[in-house]
Amino acid sequence: MSDVVMHVWRGDADGGQFEEYTVPKQDGEVVLDVIHRIQATEAPDLACRWNCKAGKCGSCSAEINGKPRLMCMTRIDTLPEGETITVTPMRAFPIIRDLVTDVSFNYEQARKVPAFNPPPRPEGGYRMSQVDVERGQEFRKCIECFMCQDVCHVIRDHEENKARYSGPRFFIRYAELEMHPLDTNDRRDLVREEMGLGMCNITKCCTEVCPEHIKITDNAIIPLKERVVDADYDPIAWLGRKILRRTKRTAEQAAVQPD
Amino acid sequence: MSEIEHHDYDVIVIGAGGAGLRAAIEAKGRGLRVALVCKSLLGKAHTVMAEGGVAAAMGNVYAEDNWKVHFRDTMRGGKMLNHWRMAQLHAQESPDRVQELEAWGALFDRTKDGKILQRDFGGHRYARLAHVGDRTGLELIRTLQQRAVSMDIDVFMECKVVRLTTDDDGAVNGAVAYWRPTGEFVTFGAKSVVLATGGVGKSWKFTSNSWESTGDGHAIAMWAGASLIDMECVQFHPTGMVWPLSVRGILVTEGVRGDGGVLRNSDGKRFMFEYVADMFRAETAESEDEADRWYDDHTAGRRPPELLPRDEVARSINSEVKAGRGSPHGGVFLDIASRRTADDIRKRLPSMYHQFMELAGVDITREAMEVGPTCHYIMGGVQVDPDTAATAVPGLYAAGEVAGGMHGSNRLGGNSLSDLIVFGRRAGIAAADRAESMAREPKLNQAQVTEYIDEALAPFTRDSGENPYDLQHELQELMQANVGIIRNEAEVVEALEKLDELKQRAANVAVGGGRAYNPGWNLATDLPSMLTVSTCTAQGARDRRESRGGQTREDFPKADPELGKVNFVQRQPSGRGFSSEITITPEPLPVMPDELMAIFEEESK
Repeated sequence: MSDVVMHVWRGDADGGQFEEYTVPKQDGEVVLDVIHRIQATEAPDLACRWNCKAGKCGSCSAEINGKPRLMCMTRIDTLPEGETITVTPMRAFPIIRDLVTDVSFNYEQARKVPAFNPPPRPEGGYRMSQVDVERGQEFRKCIECFMCQDVCHVIRDHEENKARYSGPRFFIRYAELEMHPLDTNDRRDLVREEMGLGMCNITKCCTEVCPEHIKITDNAIIPLKERVVDADYDPIAWLGRKILRRTKRTAEQAAVQPD
Repeated sequence: MSEIEHHDYDVIVIGAGGAGLRAAIEAKGRGLRVALVCKSLLGKAHTVMAEGGVAAAMGNVYAEDNWKVHFRDTMRGGKMLNHWRMAQLHAQESPDRVQELEAWGALFDRTKDGKILQRDFGGHRYARLAHVGDRTGLELIRTLQQRAVSMDIDVFMECKVVRLTTDDDGAVNGAVAYWRPTGEFVTFGAKSVVLATGGVGKSWKFTSNSWESTGDGHAIAMWAGASLIDMECVQFHPTGMVWPLSVRGILVTEGVRGDGGVLRNSDGKRFMFEYVADMFRAETAESEDEADRWYDDHTAGRRPPELLPRDEVARSINSEVKAGRGSPHGGVFLDIASRRTADDIRKRLPSMYHQFMELAGVDITREAMEVGPTCHYIMGGVQVDPDTAATAVPGLYAAGEVAGGMHGSNRLGGNSLSDLIVFGRRAGIAAADRAESMAREPKLNQAQVTEYIDEALAPFTRDSGENPYDLQHELQELMQANVGIIRNEAEVVEALEKLDELKQRAANVAVGGGRAYNPGWNLATDLPSMLTVSTCTAQGARDRRESRGGQTREDFPKADPELGKVNFVQRQPSGRGFSSEITITPEPLPVMPDELMAIFEEESK
């Protein structure tokens, strides 16, 4: 069988370059297998993240031929045959070393999400219908590979936006909580004012790279935008809020973490 | 040496899978200073790999279910080697722990009347596994992760603990670790330490486990004075992928069989009917018709033999392959395509569909999967007190896969996720109790700290030496060949000799490059734990001269009632650390009280 030629970006925050590696092709291999073979033979210090090697943990995100992919789910035989394969780290995040990036931006965003806040559990447990939980379940399939964050042009080429933009991964988190049958927090103002929902102009790049095929734009971001707009501009909703007691907590209240 | 980063906490939890997160949440809830230290990014721990569900006798699908039935199933599945008290606590408390997850945001699949849906799994008499499709582990870890983040628990990610530190009285008082991104060391002082480091499976060639499962917790506990039990009991999950070679070992959930999938050999025969052990005969279907009726109504027939406990199914697959009735790539066929509609399969088993489609080019709604046994889980582990998860070392607690006793010689599917949340919580409570009772901050012994750091850095100091990857590769080949699913005296004795050689060679491993995110060095620091736990497993496999659950000896094919009354306990009585001697002694199992014994006696009448 022929060889696989791979150009892997090697370096750190101070800069780096592509190194070329040639390894014999093996049946059914994925990009991560080739990286592992390079580590075990030529370059034991080649840095990459991985855990499950089955597309379930979202650790091994990288850009393969310029496109964000999970290395463990990208079979070599699906890439153009005979052509060099280029593997680079995710571009939207600072480099730690080689293919490993500093994804702490995402963990900081996670800390800003007001916690799930259900009513007290009734005797015999909560009751929810399957159809209601399925909406949230779609978003909870997220494996936090952060490729949607990587590809999102609001932050990919605009470091300055990171301070006020939580990104697609967290828009689906907010959507999931908004749609959770039991949640009582209202995060709509927070999402609009602090998390930069308005900066997303629905180009669907995030949806295209999602390895879990979550319809990020259609099922989370657009409905979330609609809800936010409704909350602000819908005169009937406005009147309703004046007359009826709000059942959800406001953004300010929701932003305070419960004990 | 320059100043080392240091942090003081009341409780540190090592490992951020289900058990570690649950322990940290509990201790933090008491208002203590809590740190969570983990080798990977938060949320990537091995718990995400759990697919099928979390076992809890909630009785939502079969009202007849209750903790006693779950207790009985767990003990029988473990071939009665389990610590009865752990099995009891687990069965009693898991329903509350599952409900609690829901209050923290988990979204389980529902029954028609809106309760948590439960699915069938091997060895469980009733449909008992709360689940979310086939990604229950992800749901569990994400729920706990989000809870932990909302509580503002300090998380040290990509930080590997190399050793525990101890005080003059032998109590644990902290840990020495390094940051993987920088290679810089960090020390922790702690009043209590909870180990939740998971398993050991990376020492086998074909495994469902990730690079993290190197037995760090087992090893550092033993090096700090704790005892390990039943390390020979290793579970080979019956259904791992076998092809392509590069994905060999990746898990195929038992949920496929729970939802109607059957195992066939190359003749197309459902061979499991030929392999029903006496212990399970009374409750297992005799014909395909009877088995098929059971799926819709558990009172209309007995259980299909495909849903026997995992050890039974794995051995049967092994036998079929050995007899020449295997699939083209050395497994057997797992067929759900001919038994359920394509829509059902995609809905119930979405990640299996995805996994086979992407990695093997197999559409499981149209064709059968090829599967075979893969190293999956270690039942043995650190010996703990059932109620508090306390180890023999004061201040040290262990929960989840790293702890032994709960599952006896074989774990039932679904009992792992429940184990994590039941005993994670208990470990957190006990660790918090101890921390609250201690007035003084622990003070680390700097000589110890320096010794452990030097130990970890040694591979950089050698100009020439072996590549750690070569050593790991040899270890995996050895454990696969000699201490695999079927064992015998000669092979395990040979394995022990070779393990001794590998230990010598591990002391001569050399790595190049810098300390920042250097996988070669990281592996070099994992090798001492891998070799320690592999030695423990091989010793146990040599001394337990019987076949029971995860220990199968072809030269002793039957269970020995006398050996069924003992745990094999391993310690380092003289000198602690990687190069010190490990002893193994049989010690009597704790005696089950009469009222629990009665559950089994009623049945045999």
